[in-house]
Amino acid sequence: MSLLQVQNVTKRFGGLTANDSISFEVPESTVFAVIGPNGAGKTTLFNAISGFFPPTEGRIAFDEQDITGAPQRKIAERGLVRTYQLVQLFKDLTVTENVLVGFHLVTKGAVGAALWRPRWMREQEARIREEARELLAFVGLSAQADMQADTLPYGQQRLLEVARALAAKPKLLLLDEPAAGLNTDETQALADTILRIRDRGITVLLIEHDMSLVMQIAQRIVVLDFGKKIAEGTPAEIKAHPDVIAAYLGSPEAADA
Amino acid sequence: MTSPSTISIDTRLGVVGALIGVALVAGVFLQGGYLVTVIGFAAIYGIFCTGLNFFMGYTGQASFGQNAFAALGGYGTAILCAGLSWQPLIALPVTMVISGLIAAAVGYPTLRLRGHYLAMATFALGLITYELSIEWIDLTHGYMGYAGIPPLGIGTYELSSDRQQLLALVAVLLLGVWIANRLRDSRFGRALRGIAGSEAAANALGIDIARYKLAAFVIAAVYASVAGSLFAHFIGFISPEVFGLSMVTASFTMLYLGGIGTIWGPIIGAVVVSILPEAIRHIAAMVPNAPSNLKDFQEILYAVLLILILIFFPKGLAALPGMIARWRETKSEKGA
Repeated sequence: MSLLQVQNVTKRFGGLTANDSISFEVPESTVFAVIGPNGAGKTTLFNAISGFFPPTEGRIAFDEQDITGAPQRKIAERGLVRTYQLVQLFKDLTVTENVLVGFHLVTKGAVGAALWRPRWMREQEARIREEARELLAFVGLSAQADMQADTLPYGQQRLLEVARALAAKPKLLLLDEPAAGLNTDETQALADTILRIRDRGITVLLIEHDMSLVMQIAQRIVVLDFGKKIAEGTPAEIKAHPDVIAAYLGSPEAADA
Repeated sequence: MTSPSTISIDTRLGVVGALIGVALVAGVFLQGGYLVTVIGFAAIYGIFCTGLNFFMGYTGQASFGQNAFAALGGYGTAILCAGLSWQPLIALPVTMVISGLIAAAVGYPTLRLRGHYLAMATFALGLITYELSIEWIDLTHGYMGYAGIPPLGIGTYELSSDRQQLLALVAVLLLGVWIANRLRDSRFGRALRGIAGSEAAANALGIDIARYKLAAFVIAAVYASVAGSLFAHFIGFISPEVFGLSMVTASFTMLYLGGIGTIWGPIIGAVVVSILPEAIRHIAAMVPNAPSNLKDFQEILYAVLLILILIFFPKGLAALPGMIARWRETKSEKGA
């Protein structure tokens, strides 16, 4: 059963076709990757899927429901949570507070509950604080729990963003270039974390510019080039695919030379 | 560690701050006179800024027109209590509700704007209210102002002395701070602070940004309304100038000086900004053979002091505990 179905999704900005009739299906409990060179239309596709903007044409179904053109907040409510290419942390909040905000969708209570603090509210607060501790342990940020978010090194900021997204208890986690700007050790820690997220039963769809992380953790890969899907398959299939090699290295003749 | 104390620096500074606050109010209470008015104003501004802090501090938005809601509160109180002889304690919640409803109605379309556009729109809101308070003479008495507003009280009992009113103002201020603290540290408050941090991330986590911004705007308006009402009761007279543009600049100074986004920053800012000109005046009066244009220099000295504070404490005076803690840490590291 596929959790996410992308059918003939096209996105045009004026005369520019950023996504040209792209289709694929993401099976449940897998790590699925979308790769391609710069400007291939990966982030545009992500934005269309996550509801950041609607696609010009095509249909997107998540968990057997049509989410095409739905606002991002509604899509998040259904269990599709994304991160951004540029880290978007709540900088003035502590690491723990960042994760606590992540629980917004799976908690309740507004002004009244905050003022009177009925028992359910206090219990909810205690529960999410405990869960936040677990999530920070899960991504390896326990020691940094009380630090202000923007004092973390970049690699840890990425992990915090992942922990915060997990707090919303997504079925599908969209990671937009999570390894961008990370060093080798940090990338390895991230790869390890993504696999453990999948082991929790959460499907991961990630965009990566660079192939090494993807080849290591993805079960299935879609390759975009100039807005078109040029290949889909397992890492081994993608590595051997002539169009992919051409897209990344130029034509095979040029690569041989 | 050689320090025998296990009490955190925050707790100790909190105690010091509370002692200063109590000493200030008690001292002024015993001294009486003009200082009661100064500290009373500080308390009223403290309430106003605590509300504004919801919108500008926690939520990170800009409003240059919150004086409109102080005017609504002030004129509502004047009309209801002086014009229609209502009980202050009935008029107060009524003006709060009216201000809140108007804030919701005005904020719903306005808060779609962002950044500079939102600032301009809210600025216009303050100007419109100001013009209305001048032109709608039947209702507001125009430039003449509205006099004869009774002090706070219950039934036939009135807080007739300035000192009693000062205590009432401080009590309302503390209640306002308590509410702010309660809201800030909750799912609601965290959502606001998330919006300030990154709207993109807040949106991705399912936070209804428009709704939370509106809630913060309405809360700020209700606080402003209370501040306006309390001013009317405290002084007994209001005029359009009271809720003019100077209220906006004063409240911004207080917020940034004290520490925007913190719980006690707005209060610290309100007290410092209220007292500083008085202190300068007091010191200037002691200078022998002072030139006659010394008053002009007071303004300059005041501005210079504000700039110096903002240079050395860019996050406001409320960030002082953290700075001291770090300073002590580095000192003890060097000593070790």
